[in-house]
Amino acid sequence: MSAIVTSFTGGVFGPGFFSSPPVHVALVVGGVVAVVSGVVGTFTVMRGQSFAGHALSDIGTAGGAAAFLLGISPLFGFTAMNVAAAGVMETIGIRRPRGRDLATGIVLGAGLGLAAAFLFLGTTETSTTGAAVNVLFGSVFTLPTSIVPVIGIFGAVALALIAVLYRPLVLSSLSSDLASARGVPVRLVGLGHLLALALAVSLSAVTIGAILSTALLIGPPAAALRLTKRTGWAIVVSCAIGLVATWGGVLASYDSYYWPPTHHGWPVSFFVVTLVLAFYVLAGAITKARA
Amino acid sequence: MAVPRAGSTLSQAGTDAGRAEVLTVRGLSVSLGGREVLHQVSFSMAPGEVTGLIGSNGAGKTTLLRAILGLVTPTSGEVLIAGRPRSRRNPLVGYVPQRLTLDPDIPLRARDLVGLGLDGHRFGAPWPSAARRASIDQALAGVDATHLAGARVGKLSGGEQQRIMIAQALISRPRLLLLDEPLANLDIRNEGEVVALLARIAATEHVAVLISAHDMNPLLGFMDRVVYIAAGRATSGTAEEVVQTETLSALYGHRVDVVHVNGRVLVVAGREDSHAHCDGGP
Repeated sequence: MSAIVTSFTGGVFGPGFFSSPPVHVALVVGGVVAVVSGVVGTFTVMRGQSFAGHALSDIGTAGGAAAFLLGISPLFGFTAMNVAAAGVMETIGIRRPRGRDLATGIVLGAGLGLAAAFLFLGTTETSTTGAAVNVLFGSVFTLPTSIVPVIGIFGAVALALIAVLYRPLVLSSLSSDLASARGVPVRLVGLGHLLALALAVSLSAVTIGAILSTALLIGPPAAALRLTKRTGWAIVVSCAIGLVATWGGVLASYDSYYWPPTHHGWPVSFFVVTLVLAFYVLAGAITKARA
Repeated sequence: MAVPRAGSTLSQAGTDAGRAEVLTVRGLSVSLGGREVLHQVSFSMAPGEVTGLIGSNGAGKTTLLRAILGLVTPTSGEVLIAGRPRSRRNPLVGYVPQRLTLDPDIPLRARDLVGLGLDGHRFGAPWPSAARRASIDQALAGVDATHLAGARVGKLSGGEQQRIMIAQALISRPRLLLLDEPLANLDIRNEGEVVALLARIAATEHVAVLISAHDMNPLLGFMDRVVYIAAGRATSGTAEEVVQTETLSALYGHRVDVVHVNGRVLVVAGREDSHAHCDGGP
């Protein structure tokens, strides 16, 4: 019986998929990242701060590359850099939409400069090209098991921030004056969202890479917002799309080692981003069909 | 610059002894970035009254509303809500902000937006309850928007969104309702419907309603009082008292003419003043 199941599933799941420890880590980490990105990203898209999310993921590259140079996990580099950048962005005026874009752009420029320097040092000093590839495109199959609890904790902090700030975040995304008049500490709430965003981006960066982490953060919520008119459902749909895309990406990447002609293996991030895009296009088609 | 302050006498005439005041603004001055935006503004509002806050763009209407809400700190003067100094998150004050841009994709139904008026400032996610649902339904019925309850707010028309925002502001049962340019971007039919709705709410709920507008015409016939604001100075009284050549000329500090055309009011620069100035025009 089990032989039949194996031969049947073998067509979809490459040999050894379910028994490979790196795959287990990848599935767990991917799952956490998809849920955190789905929840945080829904508020990021509602607040119109996608650009801040994208900037954080680029800025985080500097931290990831620095961590690589220091020989510690890029996750810590991404997180430290992103949290710091979020703080700076808030301080130099992220409240007004225009000031927000300027502040984001200025911090982004500085971060990319650092990233270029660290990546350069990482690829020349340590005589390996691993730094650039790992930092920019993710390393979900090479994550050590020891990092999983850290990822869990960072994810839990991000989710807790959003859970606490849920209603004030929605209210202040409609009108900061209205929220202020109701006694909401708008700046503090905005900072809380940015911190959650910094954590989500960092988690996403270790999974599918700094360059593409925004795709997982913005894509699923953007698709979900087209499909549902309730905030709660948007979060659920966005997490579901993120999970399917991430796990699907891990599976496809694993299977791709068996694909002809090269048997070389394709990067996880490529599949994740492609699936996210497919969902976004599908959501658009469904919206059109409904109208 | 010697500008006669017609407002001070008129507004004092308005504050009759024994008139229960929901809002008292006394000698309010506000400076923003070193520039005085409001100068010695005084007026008051009683329950059930509709007051038009009239003035051209940049005259200081939004700043006055923000001062009443406690969002800007006055340099002098005071704002009393029901006789007490105002505090942040005053449940007695409902607010509909200016030009809300609701993205079509925003995942909120009309009833969710109204619910935010009830508990949007609280931490955590909203939990459904029969009581919450009932008060949302009641608030929606109060603005004739029961049929819109399940619709996505971003897909509603400007007039419909304005109704939902009014329900959002009224659900906490305020005594004072502030609306910043609620008629901007509405067509004539919707203008009339929203104004009639606000007048009805003022009468039936005994709420004092303050409506800011750059054009007073849609409000004519509905306003119990007018606060006319120009270059940071204000004068108040009934529409007949305020909207006349002498009062407004004194407020502007130069000659303006109040012209009645087909039941509409135009405020135009006077003959002796060469530069064109027009307020409240169609």
